[in-house]
Amino acid sequence: MNDEVEHDMHEPGSFWTKYVWSQDHKVIAIQYSVIAILVGLVALVLSGLMRLQLGFPGSFDFIDPSAYYQFVTMHGMIMVIYLLTAIFLGGFGNYLIPLMVGARDMVFPFVNMLSVWFYLLAVIILMASFFVPGGPSGAGWTLYPPQAILPGTPGSDWGIILMLVSLAVFIIAATMGGLNYVTTVLQARTRGMTLMRMPLTIWGIFMATILALLAFPALFVSAVMMLFDKTLGTSFFMPAILSMGQQLDHEGGSPVLFQHLFWFFGHPEVYIVALPAFGIVSDLISTHARKNIFGYRMMVWAIVGIGVLSFVVWAHHMYISGMNPMFGYFFATTTLIIAVPTAIKVYNWVLTIWHGNIRLNVPMLFALGFVSTFTIGGLTGLFLGNVVVDLPLSDTYFVVAHFHMVMGVSPILVVFGGIYHWYPKMTGKMLDDTMGKLHFWGTFLGTYAIYFPMHYLGVLGVPRRYFAYENYDFIPDSAKDLNAMISVMAIFVGVIQLIFIFNLIWSLFKGKPAGDNPWQATSLEWQTETTPPGHGNWGPHLPICYRWAYDYSVPGYEQDFLPQNDPGKEQPVNADTNQLKGVEA
Amino acid sequence: MGIAIALVLIVIGSIVFHFISPWVMTPIASNWGSIDDTMLITLIITGIVFIAINFFIAFAVIKYRHDKNRKAKYEPENKKLEVWLTVITSIGIIAMLAPGLVVYSDVVTVPDDAITVEVVGQQWSWSFRYPGEDQQLGKSAIEYISIDNPFGVDPLDPAGQDDILVLNNRLILPLDQPVRLLMRSKDVLHDFYVPQFRVKMDMVPGTMSYIWLTPTKIGEFEILCAEFCGVGHFNMRGHVEVKSPADYAQWLTTQSTFVETLSKNRSETLSVSAQSGKELAQISGCLGCHNFNDASIGPSWKNLYGKTQTMVDGTQVIVDDAYLKESIINPMAKIVKGYAPIMPVMSLDDLQTTAIIDYIKEKGSSDSDSTESQPLLSGQELAISKGCTACHSIDGTKLLGPSWQNLYGSTRNLTSGQQIKVDDSYLMESIFQPNANVVAGYPPVMPPPIINQQEAQAIIEFIKTL
Repeated sequence: MNDEVEHDMHEPGSFWTKYVWSQDHKVIAIQYSVIAILVGLVALVLSGLMRLQLGFPGSFDFIDPSAYYQFVTMHGMIMVIYLLTAIFLGGFGNYLIPLMVGARDMVFPFVNMLSVWFYLLAVIILMASFFVPGGPSGAGWTLYPPQAILPGTPGSDWGIILMLVSLAVFIIAATMGGLNYVTTVLQARTRGMTLMRMPLTIWGIFMATILALLAFPALFVSAVMMLFDKTLGTSFFMPAILSMGQQLDHEGGSPVLFQHLFWFFGHPEVYIVALPAFGIVSDLISTHARKNIFGYRMMVWAIVGIGVLSFVVWAHHMYISGMNPMFGYFFATTTLIIAVPTAIKVYNWVLTIWHGNIRLNVPMLFALGFVSTFTIGGLTGLFLGNVVVDLPLSDTYFVVAHFHMVMGVSPILVVFGGIYHWYPKMTGKMLDDTMGKLHFWGTFLGTYAIYFPMHYLGVLGVPRRYFAYENYDFIPDSAKDLNAMISVMAIFVGVIQLIFIFNLIWSLFKGKPAGDNPWQATSLEWQTETTPPGHGNWGPHLPICYRWAYDYSVPGYEQDFLPQNDPGKEQPVNADTNQLKGVEA
Repeated sequence: MGIAIALVLIVIGSIVFHFISPWVMTPIASNWGSIDDTMLITLIITGIVFIAINFFIAFAVIKYRHDKNRKAKYEPENKKLEVWLTVITSIGIIAMLAPGLVVYSDVVTVPDDAITVEVVGQQWSWSFRYPGEDQQLGKSAIEYISIDNPFGVDPLDPAGQDDILVLNNRLILPLDQPVRLLMRSKDVLHDFYVPQFRVKMDMVPGTMSYIWLTPTKIGEFEILCAEFCGVGHFNMRGHVEVKSPADYAQWLTTQSTFVETLSKNRSETLSVSAQSGKELAQISGCLGCHNFNDASIGPSWKNLYGKTQTMVDGTQVIVDDAYLKESIINPMAKIVKGYAPIMPVMSLDDLQTTAIIDYIKEKGSSDSDSTESQPLLSGQELAISKGCTACHSIDGTKLLGPSWQNLYGSTRNLTSGQQIKVDDSYLMESIFQPNANVVAGYPPVMPPPIINQQEAQAIIEFIKTL
């Protein structure tokens, strides 16, 4: 990519090639993000509908058990795959990788464009399932067979088929994007941008992409196998069983096999969402605390370590699945080991603000909020990862609270923080500060109020995926009041998000001009010649990287930040210069 | 500043909430207090970390808030601190994991003196099998499941003959006796979950799973399903009753064994073909309208074969194989006088048709009026024990299926657009052929219950009273 002439191959001509069939990573990133946010709003509405039923059972006639389970399923699947995975890799990854490593674009721009269009196709197929006979699948987002493809579960005719096809198409999209992200990080870094100088955002997205490329195939094959079981009558996951009183023709398959495949994808999926969030939050905290990230090398190795370990913990989702109970020892041990690098990341974030000069800008609020919610989510994970403690808590509201805290609320706070942070670069306008603060406080405090007490419903023993809790003796009436309170908070938090959407649109026209580097940040994307960056990002010459991304408040300099492309007046004077020294070609 | 205050308030609020919250662990009723202890250890360690991290952030945000005249400290790494933090974290992890694994090894090691009880799940009810005197459960398989053999016990396995079968959603266990619960499912995943017992386990079709526990409290506890199993999941109710060993032994003697239930059901001594015809008649819903009594919706099958019937057009027909076959395949061809032309076309192959005809021949000609005895349970008891009330409320609440309150005699719209009046014949048909005529607004998901004609009639009588 160093040859600047060769780059002009996909220079946009018309409106269509510039904004629609664009091969520019920045446009593709925005396309990815807009689709993800729109489909995320659908999932948000679905969660509100679920909460209406749980908080005020029987008050809403149109929510019958079938509809409720369809809401649950579509909410979960959309949030995990079509919003979080898509926005972190397709949105942030696309926008930031070339800019942060000093490249003109992704290495394979055409494949990158195909990726976003396949993603849109996957979303359209998924949304179509709302309009087919029987409606969308109501099998729960984990789609466990045999029930997912049998009558007795809503959407077991068309809904499940569209769901599986949509997933397969999504995986094709994610693979095309992923190959691009990995290759670009490895091959298209500018001069001086060594791997150990990359911002942690890139490390997080890079590692998450590798996980995605290795984990998604497991979901892909299980989707195809289940499609065959459903449409061709194969028996990959189907033993000899009865359904509606009749014996089916299936024989010899294993429902637990599906769970192994699903979670072999599903657990790395948690980190596919979490690692980019870890990276982004590191950069937000460092920038806004005006201090270098603490323990950069440790942070990189923690990201790599978590990535590798995430492939050997999957069966902690299956302690009570009926698999051989001896697996419990192994997976409990690996799961608790993964807590060590994760804890190190938390320590390093809080040690980064120690001795900092903290500016509580809106992105920083979201980043600090993330550290708090992620701490809760991570700690409750120690309950569920420890096999014997999981026995009473598994499949209760404790699990619901845990995973919403750790992979719902926490990553979404980072998504928001990231958008508040990079929106000025993407549009040239600042997002409105007052609306941003309202949005933060409503979301942060609201989600705490929703999920903290929810853990206690789980400790009490209230099972999840229940349409109603009428006449269960061990559930006191007070738990129903709590459910009503949680529902009110959930709807409040949902409405608060409208402020964010409004802010996104309003600031595009009325926002304060941002300038090139409103946060006085060091990483390369803030050093572009124009804002938003033009096609090819860098003008005539690629930037040259002289230092790591965290030279904030370096002693001996007037200003409190040194951009990565600033040669400085001398070699950086930090104590440990091994990986920071000189310019490597 | 605000964020620091918020974090401090969150921590204080969380601690206060923890101690005043009325939502605590359901009082334990098994030997697994050690599980609660490991949870407490985890809570203490994680609680300390939670408080420390949040307070640290709050303190740092206040102490190092933005000041134009100050610069942050430049400190990329601190090896010593990082090593210490890693070591302390690892110690904390070991302190949680080690006792956890020790307790887990108890959980997966079934003691030698444990008795075995089998738990069988199906959409959306529970049944239980005790090994009987030989302390051994007979083999079972899906292919053996029939109306007469709802557990699918291998009829030829000697170990299964004395197995005790309990079909009414009630598990009875003796106090202070270790018990191994062997689990299987007939259809989809389920999960045997009694909050008071702490341990739970999925029930997986095609394989067996187990848990073991010792009940430590006399009393009745709820059984819930904890693995999503379709629309009725939230209402798959059962009860476990812990009795004193003496009461338990007494109760056990009153239960019937596999061989007893089988012989009771098979007292008719049918041929193999007729036996499968009987099952087909049940599954296909024939018995909804035809029975071997004098009062049935379609022509009674009692002494039907060989009889001369008068048709609506006045012709006389001798009931033979050909006539029966025609009536099954093309029900409208010849209608017996006095009956409405309402029988749906049955999609049965030759073999199945012959089996049903054999059943009509053999059962109808045996003068065994009394073989189908009056049900032992009342309609209300049956409705509960057969799992009907999982989906049909008796108080007007809308559940999965139509509520039974004020159902009888009412007029309902069907999904087909038709209107029907709910009468005996509609209810009977709905029991044996649940998904033929579904009321609009309800999903067609009712599994045909395993009951006989008399039991169905008793349930209908019960519905009439609501």
